[in-house]
Amino acid sequence: MLRLPQFELIEPSSLYGALAALAEHGPDAMVLAGGTDLLPNMKHGLFEPRMLVSLAGIEELRGVQVTSEGGLSIGAMTPLADVADHPEVRRRAPALAQAAGLVAGPQLRSMGTLGGNVMLDTRCQWYNQTHFWRQALGFCLKKDGTVCHVVAGGKRCVAAASNDSVPALTTLGASLRFERLGQARTIAIDELWHSDGANNKRTEGGEILTRIEIPATPAGHLGAYGKLRDRGSIDFPLLGMAVRLDLDDQGLVEHADQVVVALVARPVRIKGVHEALLGLRPGSADFEQALVPLAEAARRQCRPMANIPGDEDWRREMVAVFTRRTFLAAAEGASD
Amino acid sequence: MRVIRFVLNGDPVETAAPAHWTLLELLRYGLKLTGSKQGCDKGDCGACTVLVGGKPILACLSLAARAEGQEITTIEGLMPLHKSRGGSGADPVQEAFDACGALQCGFCQPGMMLSTRALLNQHPQPSREQIQAALSGNLCRCTGYTQILQAVETAIAQSTGAPAPQPAWARDRELQGQEPQS
Repeated sequence: MLRLPQFELIEPSSLYGALAALAEHGPDAMVLAGGTDLLPNMKHGLFEPRMLVSLAGIEELRGVQVTSEGGLSIGAMTPLADVADHPEVRRRAPALAQAAGLVAGPQLRSMGTLGGNVMLDTRCQWYNQTHFWRQALGFCLKKDGTVCHVVAGGKRCVAAASNDSVPALTTLGASLRFERLGQARTIAIDELWHSDGANNKRTEGGEILTRIEIPATPAGHLGAYGKLRDRGSIDFPLLGMAVRLDLDDQGLVEHADQVVVALVARPVRIKGVHEALLGLRPGSADFEQALVPLAEAARRQCRPMANIPGDEDWRREMVAVFTRRTFLAAAEGASD
Repeated sequence: MRVIRFVLNGDPVETAAPAHWTLLELLRYGLKLTGSKQGCDKGDCGACTVLVGGKPILACLSLAARAEGQEITTIEGLMPLHKSRGGSGADPVQEAFDACGALQCGFCQPGMMLSTRALLNQHPQPSREQIQAALSGNLCRCTGYTQILQAVETAIAQSTGAPAPQPAWARDRELQGQEPQS
């Protein structure tokens, strides 16, 4: 049995109420979205906030809207199941719909939110464990200890960014709106990350991620998300990969992108993807031929570590397999 | 302590729980409804699945306060709710799980049956793939999945009047050229 430590629960019904509560209680308070990451982490003794500010009752943070420019504006508290099933998300941002639909299992997708997935804590097999388990090993860099069990002598935490939604949002050029009492800022999702697994996000105290904004995708936009995991459900990614292909009116690639997660503390954009696929026709022999060196280049650029379950050499080999597989899955959208 | 009012298995409930209690703890230790199982207690296994507003969620990762104003169904409510809609006996899902022997230790069953009930309320005639997807958040560590899928398909057959699917063991015997035993 895993019990939650004691805390006080604040349940504002407006964003203003939540921001005011965070401003009042400072570092004593943490934000609770769907609870599917924070609550198990609290049960493991990884966080012991004196207060939780629940966003569950704030209607203005829910829902998917199509903007006047044809982009998407998604409230941070929109459940992942709703993102996965939303017809406009599926049409305009297929990689995001696929990724949201591959997070965990059905119950957790109804509970977990898109904003919560973006703000997910990094994961490591030496960290996401009970206090008893971690204590037996003398704790680790990320929590309560001074050594890293992944990298001998390591001084920087290498826990893995494991957010399924982030590769898709990054290829889509999403931006994130953060609000604190009396202030708001919008940053590109690329700018959120540090490469320190102990705290891999550039956020400030008292902030809440309120919206995820996705610019309009062109008519020839294709996307796909590939997820490596032991089972077909429930698991966090052992490797997560989003690809993007934008086709011109001739059906030729005019923009290509690929972002990988569950390697190191931050998402990794593969270099040279655009140049490798530019001007090719998805489904053609040339396109498939170009994926062979691209898969090898992606494999060379990705260095999975022994931070999450799954042999790291196997995960590295699977980068090449998933590069080919995910681009082919995206290309299939061209024939629809 | 926080006062919590909600509808549990069709009946209004007014109770109270400390802020750090989960919905599962409220159900099991506050309201003494031990049908919702405490398995992994961290969102892996699905044994604590309950329906909130008809949707399956995990009670072990929901705060008790989340119940406020909601309609919650636990395994204890399946039969009374079935009867309140004019049915007789247990919910057809429960009958089918019993008839198909869709359990070994039984620990996953409440969650399995609630995920099944939620699926059938939404899609009365789901495909095998839809059934597998709907149950993919519920683990059976006895790995009795074949009988569980058969039980769901039997419950569907009963509701539509179609003949029940043949048990997996009978198909195996046919493949081996033996007559299935009645």
